[in-house]
Amino acid sequence: MKLPDLTELALRNLRESMLRNSLTTIGISVGVASLVAMLSLGIGLQQLASRRLMKSGLFDTVVVTSRRDLRNFNREEERNGPAPGESRVLDEGTRREIEHLPNVLEAYPDIRFITELRYDDKPHLTMISALPESAKTNDAFDTMPGHFFSSDNAPEVILQKTFAEELAGKKPGPGLDETDVKQLAAQLLGKELTMRYAQRESPTAVPPMAPPPNHAGSAGESSDDRGEDQSLPGASYSVVSRELKLKIVGLADLDPESMRGPTRARVFLPLKLAERLHVMQPTDLRELSRPAGDQPIYSSLSVRVKNPGQVQIVEDAIKKMGFNTFSILDASRSIQQFFKVLDVFLGIFGSLALAVAFIGIVNTLVMAILERRREIGIMKAIGASDIDVKKLFFAEAGAMGILGGVVGVALGWAIGQVINLGTNIYLKAQSFPPEHFWAVPWWLVAFAILFSFLVSLAAGLYPASRAARLDPVQALRYE
Amino acid sequence: MSLSQSTVGNVTTAIRLEQLCRHYRMGESVIRAVDGVNLTVAAGEFVALLGSSGSGKSSVLNLVAGLDRPTSGDVIVHDKNLAKLRREELARYRLQTVGMVFQSFNLIPSMTVAENVELPMRFAEVERSRRDALAREALTRVGLQSRMNHRPSELSGGEQQRAALARALINRPQLLLADEPTGNLDSRTGTEIMNMVREFNRQLGMTVVMVTHERALAERYAQRLIFLADGKLIGDEANAAVVGNAPGEEKRA
Repeated sequence: MKLPDLTELALRNLRESMLRNSLTTIGISVGVASLVAMLSLGIGLQQLASRRLMKSGLFDTVVVTSRRDLRNFNREEERNGPAPGESRVLDEGTRREIEHLPNVLEAYPDIRFITELRYDDKPHLTMISALPESAKTNDAFDTMPGHFFSSDNAPEVILQKTFAEELAGKKPGPGLDETDVKQLAAQLLGKELTMRYAQRESPTAVPPMAPPPNHAGSAGESSDDRGEDQSLPGASYSVVSRELKLKIVGLADLDPESMRGPTRARVFLPLKLAERLHVMQPTDLRELSRPAGDQPIYSSLSVRVKNPGQVQIVEDAIKKMGFNTFSILDASRSIQQFFKVLDVFLGIFGSLALAVAFIGIVNTLVMAILERRREIGIMKAIGASDIDVKKLFFAEAGAMGILGGVVGVALGWAIGQVINLGTNIYLKAQSFPPEHFWAVPWWLVAFAILFSFLVSLAAGLYPASRAARLDPVQALRYE
Repeated sequence: MSLSQSTVGNVTTAIRLEQLCRHYRMGESVIRAVDGVNLTVAAGEFVALLGSSGSGKSSVLNLVAGLDRPTSGDVIVHDKNLAKLRREELARYRLQTVGMVFQSFNLIPSMTVAENVELPMRFAEVERSRRDALAREALTRVGLQSRMNHRPSELSGGEQQRAALARALINRPQLLLADEPTGNLDSRTGTEIMNMVREFNRQLGMTVVMVTHERALAERYAQRLIFLADGKLIGDEANAAVVGNAPGEEKRA
């Protein structure tokens, strides 16, 4: 029998026992709704977590260090690849090379130093690091009081909350770590800090206190200077103490560098500005003995990848170039694994209702065989094959499955919306921002309907084969 | 007798039953519904199977219809040994070669008359437009063109049996098998139906095998009367009245 005929007959048969088939279909809908509700909760929570984590910038960043740098993150890597002494250095060339790798958004040097900041004539010692323009989208900065650097060269500074507390002289007591950021911001934003730092200066130095915005060519000059440094070891550079006034423009509540552990900074400068200050880096001492070169050497590079899924590919490519890499991919993997397990459990709970619906379908179809015994006999007598009869029962089961699936998805979606709404009202009452932890992606809709269809077909398996095996002589005798 | 012999036999033979047995097991006892029946029916013949209740006539009809399989022996219809066909082949045989009419009409109550009539063609995967045309033609032939969209329950017994006849005809089968076709009808309607069956037999050249317990009905329409008792063939008479009376009888073999 052709599919349109089969479908038409199946729907007609379903209409004939409207009440019973509707109840069975509602059973399937409830099953599908519970499955959709559970899975969309799982997916929603995963998306929420990913959104949060992605914004933190942890999951799409690969930190690259030279194997020459013995303070590496990953000691294991030292066993493979070239010996530290023979390995490549991280210079502008390698930075560009990495930036040209597929899937890489940008690679920027990790400029990081400990120095003294004076505020209100009091000295404060802290780790300072430089941020590229792209860090603007980081979760820690997009909601902070104040604003991100007005330009990549601006003499501006963003403080991490703990440092701001230190400047403002507000040490929260034990168990009382919630200082109001807004209050701190009101006190500190727009104020000036004086940074004292050690500048590495060549004999033909550029004016030290010339922050580069007005000197477009100074980067080139300083590179040349450094070249001279390298060619004249011993007398190549001097270290001069400098001061730079910086304006506080932002105050980050979250910690954008939580991945870095003890080396994390509490004060942030624009990257271009930091590059041009030529602050003495710990690696500079070692680089003193390095053979001649005319480019700055970076202790490490941060590489931003287009999306977290490509981190591994990029890491592998960089390792192949002969560098050490570090990313938080492993951590993200275990998070993904956690959500996979959660999805499976939620799916199993959601499927329980569908299992009950499965039994409902079997029951309905077995009842239909008893009721339609004679009809099956007639069909066989006038030429229906076993396969025709089997297909007809399958079609009825499948039609109930699809119908139940569609209604179930709509029901599941509605349940999700209601719970989302309810929870957001609660969150609002608790003065938390609203969240979307409920997601019904298109693939879930398709999957739920397909799953419902397949479950229904499976439920039709036994009734269909029983109907097909029916002896027509017996069936026709049956009244 | 083997199949090869049957194929070299008379080409006008429609049905040949050879040592046909159908036994049922009921608890400890075995019921011999059909017990060693030998019979040959020529193509285009109108045969009546007569016997009392339980004589095995309906069992023979079911075996010829391919609804049942013999316990032993052969059912050879148009050179096909039904005993050796697979289930799917048997279904195709029922679809293409056999038209059946039952005592209780056996129309599907949830379908209209037209849908009932075209149902065999759905199984034969005939296009809808052609199906509609053929169903209309068959219903016109039995005089039900005005009742096409009625449900069986809205028709009289005679009309239902006419619809069943139209359904049996729709695939142009070579065999028309009728199991007590007038059993549920009054005598006037019964006559009407039997006249139609005779008409199909004569005009379309269909072989007709009718099961009945009414000897008078058989004598009026059948060319040959076969008597069964306890599953055995106990008599086979040519009906001179029908052969002699029927015009155009000679042109069939």
